Amino acid sequence: MSAKSNENLRGVVLRFSKNRFAVLGLILIILFCLVAVFASHIAPYSYEEQDLLNTLMPPSSEHWFGTDEFGRDIFSRIIYASRVSLKVGIIAVGIGMIVGGILGAVSGYYGGWLDNLIMRAMDILLSIPSILLAIAIAASLGPGVVNIMIAIGISSVPQYARIVRGSVLSIRSQQFVIAARAVGGRDFHIIFKHILPNCMAPIIVQATLGVAWAILNTAGLSFIGLGIQPPIPEWGAMLSSGRNYIRDFSYMTLFPGLAIMITILALNFVGDGLRDALDPKMKR
Amino acid sequence: MWKYVFRRLLYLIPTVIGVTFIVFLLLFITPGDPARMILGDQATEEAVADLREEMGLNDPFLAQYGRYLYNAVFHFDIGRSYVTHAPVTQEIKAAFPATLKLATLAVVLAVVLGIPVGIFSAIKQYSILDNLAMVFALVGISMPVFWLGLLLILLFSVHLGWLPASGFDSFKYMIMPAVTLCTASLAVISRMTRSSMLEVVRQDYIRTARAKGQKERVVVWHHALGNALIPIVTIIGIQFGSLLGGAVLTESIFSVPGVGRLMVEAIKMRDYPVVQGGVLYIAILCSLVNLLVDILYAYIDPRIKSQYS
Repeated sequence: MSAKSNENLRGVVLRFSKNRFAVLGLILIILFCLVAVFASHIAPYSYEEQDLLNTLMPPSSEHWFGTDEFGRDIFSRIIYASRVSLKVGIIAVGIGMIVGGILGAVSGYYGGWLDNLIMRAMDILLSIPSILLAIAIAASLGPGVVNIMIAIGISSVPQYARIVRGSVLSIRSQQFVIAARAVGGRDFHIIFKHILPNCMAPIIVQATLGVAWAILNTAGLSFIGLGIQPPIPEWGAMLSSGRNYIRDFSYMTLFPGLAIMITILALNFVGDGLRDALDPKMKR
Repeated sequence: MWKYVFRRLLYLIPTVIGVTFIVFLLLFITPGDPARMILGDQATEEAVADLREEMGLNDPFLAQYGRYLYNAVFHFDIGRSYVTHAPVTQEIKAAFPATLKLATLAVVLAVVLGIPVGIFSAIKQYSILDNLAMVFALVGISMPVFWLGLLLILLFSVHLGWLPASGFDSFKYMIMPAVTLCTASLAVISRMTRSSMLEVVRQDYIRTARAKGQKERVVVWHHALGNALIPIVTIIGIQFGSLLGGAVLTESIFSVPGVGRLMVEAIKMRDYPVVQGGVLYIAILCSLVNLLVDILYAYIDPRIKSQYS
């Protein structure tokens, strides 16, 4: 890494750390990841252990967030559910980023009919609201963690393709790319070694916000019965079963929703902070 | 101008055909035999085989897609429900008004509240109210629509008893679904308005307008907003799309008899033609809204109009 990029990085870190909300968000996300990784150590109970003598218990010192209709500890289930959200968030964004990134890079680098073909296909996908596209794909593939990742990943492909294409277009004709081509660099090498590393900023921002979007939509799909299936705990699915008891046992809907909101809020804080830090011109 | 509208209309055709292709592809890869779904578990293998032949389910993929597209375009026929056996188009038509009403109300609310909040935040940048509004906006974006709906039900139906929790009979029934649905868009629109206004208010012509003694109200609402409007209208168009997506969840919470609830019920019954039909109709509606937004551009910005006249 050259001295200049070191300096750039220091500038980004400095600007990011001055943004209080962004730092708060980052701390929350690190906590969220730790909770997901060490769920089995943190959760006081197992996520599927039923206690039919203690169903629908309000929050107490034994069960911090109460118990659900099967007597399962809601606090433990929320802790375990962070695993599913983290997994789906990362893998779905990974799918979208890799597929969309390759399509966008090819589209922007080669241009011409290939560009036209890919971008028209992306336009068509974009004409379907993304949550609806995810619903449509998930309905066809059937429920399950892997299918949800695929559905949400595919429905986010067009956004990444567009961003990467735009960045590639703006970099394609710069001197270092022309130089790389002049010394006989192959296209693959030029795209991955010279172009993509130089358009990471918008991709990183989009990916951060994309994880938030993926977690939110996973919860949404599970809420309407398309996502994660029981007994695996998932925040949206927990809300969905809690709504049947909303009249008398409202804590069942309160805590899972709070968990989703805090996670999404933290990711949005970080995404916004990163955007401002990476591109000072775009500040707010 | 009409040339422009016409060209944009032509551009709509490949998009809609593309969406029918995606919808058909998704139906095609869905596991399970449609003929078996229609006839039920009791039907004999022979009857199922006969129906498969009759429906052309043994034909190659492209032949089946060609027939689907032909029927969709010339007969408005996109198949029948596995459950009610009624044409999908008919079911969606019955449910469409509720969705359209809900989405329109939500978008109007989001615009009527979001733009003034954004403007206010921009002209009072970094004030307490600005910070407060933007934190609220971020919370609004981060709030799962289905959770917000449940919280509203908890507060206004269960505790206060002011508003009905389900149904869609009169305006009273529409308040909570519309507020639930509009919140995220309201947040996005106010954020966009703020940043777009911030770019504009620093321009020279705003200073000029102020310098010549123009009233602040006119400067803000006429000179500044007029020039900040293009990105705002763009985001409103995009928001309408995600509102229609969010309507699926909102309708299912409040039992609004719209396309979204129809789709969610269909998902539970594995009634795939209805699910994909709903996707098709909403995607077409979104394309039409995008068209409308593009036409609006030309009205807002004479420079765009002059490119086409």
